[in-house]
Amino acid sequence: MEFNKDFGIYGGQFVPETLMTVLKVLEKEYLEYCSTEEFKKEYMHYMKQYVGRPSVLYFADRLTKELGGAKVYLKREDLNHTGAHKINNAIGQALLAKHMGKTKVIAETGAGQHGVATATVAALFGMECEVYMGAEDIERQKLNVFRMELLGAKVIPVTSGTGTLKDATNEAIRTWVARAEDTFYIIGSAVGPHPYPTMVRDFQKIIGEETRKQILDMEGRLPQRVYACVGGGSNSIGMFYPFIEDKAVELVGVEAAGSGIETGKHASAFAGGRTGVLHGMKTYILQDDDGLIQPVYSVSAGLDYPGVGPEHAYLHDTGRVRYTSVTDDEALSAFQLLCRTEGIMPAIESSHALAQAVKEVPEMGKDEIAVINLSGRGDKDVHTVAKYLGKEI
Amino acid sequence: MNRIDSKFEYLKENNKKALIPYICAGDDSLKKTEETVYLLEESGADIIELGIPYSDPLADGPVVQAAALCALNNGFKISSFFDTVAQIRENSQIPLVCMVYYSSIIGYGCEKFVEGCIRSGIDGLIVPDLPYEEYDELMPLLENTELYLIPLVAITSWDRIKMLVEKSRGFVYCVSSLGVTGERKSFDERVDTFIKEVKKYTDTPACIGFGISTKEDVERFDKIADGVIVGSAIVRRMHECNGDMNMVKDFVRELKG
Repeated sequence: MEFNKDFGIYGGQFVPETLMTVLKVLEKEYLEYCSTEEFKKEYMHYMKQYVGRPSVLYFADRLTKELGGAKVYLKREDLNHTGAHKINNAIGQALLAKHMGKTKVIAETGAGQHGVATATVAALFGMECEVYMGAEDIERQKLNVFRMELLGAKVIPVTSGTGTLKDATNEAIRTWVARAEDTFYIIGSAVGPHPYPTMVRDFQKIIGEETRKQILDMEGRLPQRVYACVGGGSNSIGMFYPFIEDKAVELVGVEAAGSGIETGKHASAFAGGRTGVLHGMKTYILQDDDGLIQPVYSVSAGLDYPGVGPEHAYLHDTGRVRYTSVTDDEALSAFQLLCRTEGIMPAIESSHALAQAVKEVPEMGKDEIAVINLSGRGDKDVHTVAKYLGKEI
Repeated sequence: MNRIDSKFEYLKENNKKALIPYICAGDDSLKKTEETVYLLEESGADIIELGIPYSDPLADGPVVQAAALCALNNGFKISSFFDTVAQIRENSQIPLVCMVYYSSIIGYGCEKFVEGCIRSGIDGLIVPDLPYEEYDELMPLLENTELYLIPLVAITSWDRIKMLVEKSRGFVYCVSSLGVTGERKSFDERVDTFIKEVKKYTDTPACIGFGISTKEDVERFDKIADGVIVGSAIVRRMHECNGDMNMVKDFVRELKG
């Protein structure tokens, strides 16, 4: 089994020495335990019985007709228990935490989806749970904050820095440094120090594995293109990874262009970033000449992140994945389009992947296939969308 | 000879321990940083640790975070920092070590950063988020120079200690407790055995930092180590003294004993 701490020049473990032993133990436990049949059986049990997997690969007939190009399929991660792909990883890591004898879990969250997923698994396995969330994000995602509280978690507001996902992650890491002996840090995206990016990918690759099998069953062939949104990049790496060796399948990662790349108000690490270090990993980072992390912006709290997972940085440089970005406006139009054509309300994050497909699918042939990963549902975003559209609700 | 080495040689001959205050560069202004360095030296500091403010300081508690934010809001730039260090070197030969996050180093440019340190007169680097396993980019640039990379060793390092300190130069930074920088009421009970373990593998002086804030703490740790690093307790006083730096002076004098 390949288990390297680096993805090319990216990845690594840029953390305080205090955490190094913790990470070594985690790596060892992960390698040993998560490759056992016992673990796989337990993980799959929860995937089926609790999450409701496999999630549907849905042929979007009306959207296909509307766009007039390739056949469009939606991978319905929004139908998972808790409403997003985040639960796949939270269950994987919680099972590992339980195996390691940890009684407390902490997590960071941006949009709140990972916080809800972690609060959920903490309730499921009877663990104490604290979720670090930027003060700004708490304001944007009140519904998810209350959901976490109902699930028994303590939501800790983070006011340092810009009060968003990156700052919540800083605070979670600081807490972890102090309490690693009894506390497991459940990272929600494919970011952080090794082994997290690999671990998160492995717990999310079920998305791509199912999709690959489902499309072969339904169409007897692989798709020409697969779209997924990229913040830290957990749903996208989970979707892309099983297709990496299928060279004919074009993989498209969609970042948040916010108000537009040219305005500087965006969250696209590939459009404006260069190699740097953040949250224990070396990757593309939006930073200034002195390595200071730059403020980022997107209407989507889940994509509002100045870096990107190190494996994505590697896939970007090798050219295996094409990375692009869409603006708030484009994402919000795609959101409404899907509501009206298919009766499906996607998360604003997922609407970014959808928006890029909406731009490109009409140019594809009618005999071609495009798959879009619908990583989460949009119920949590209704207030944000209303505000964006200037509606009072 | 590296200024850190000569300082420890002097301290050893006189049977004394090192007092290493930390201040955040550019907190208020770089001019203030320069003046504070002179003031600390006058008050008995043996080595001074200058922190480079960073937007996401993972290893720092609220006091140092606030100081960094203050410095950044005042327009701190790394290039100006090197100018200030060069200016200090016109007037003082006190050993200066720079506490800097790795993001600042690679953001600024690894080679350019090392060159700036050497040219301006920095004697050592403390990089809190650069563990041994990630040395490969920075370390080759420091070989055959007098700029030392000060290793950090933690209570949780255990079987890593030998590897971390074996080739150390300057001093070894022993992290007193788990968690971030900041004043503490109590210390991890494992700290004494931990220092003994460090001393087993190196003759490089071992200094203790994180949480040290009183004369009692200094006396306690001077018994087992070669010096102490005091950060937040000084930075906090700088912020609370309303410009009356005598408060800081008196505090450092008290710590020095």
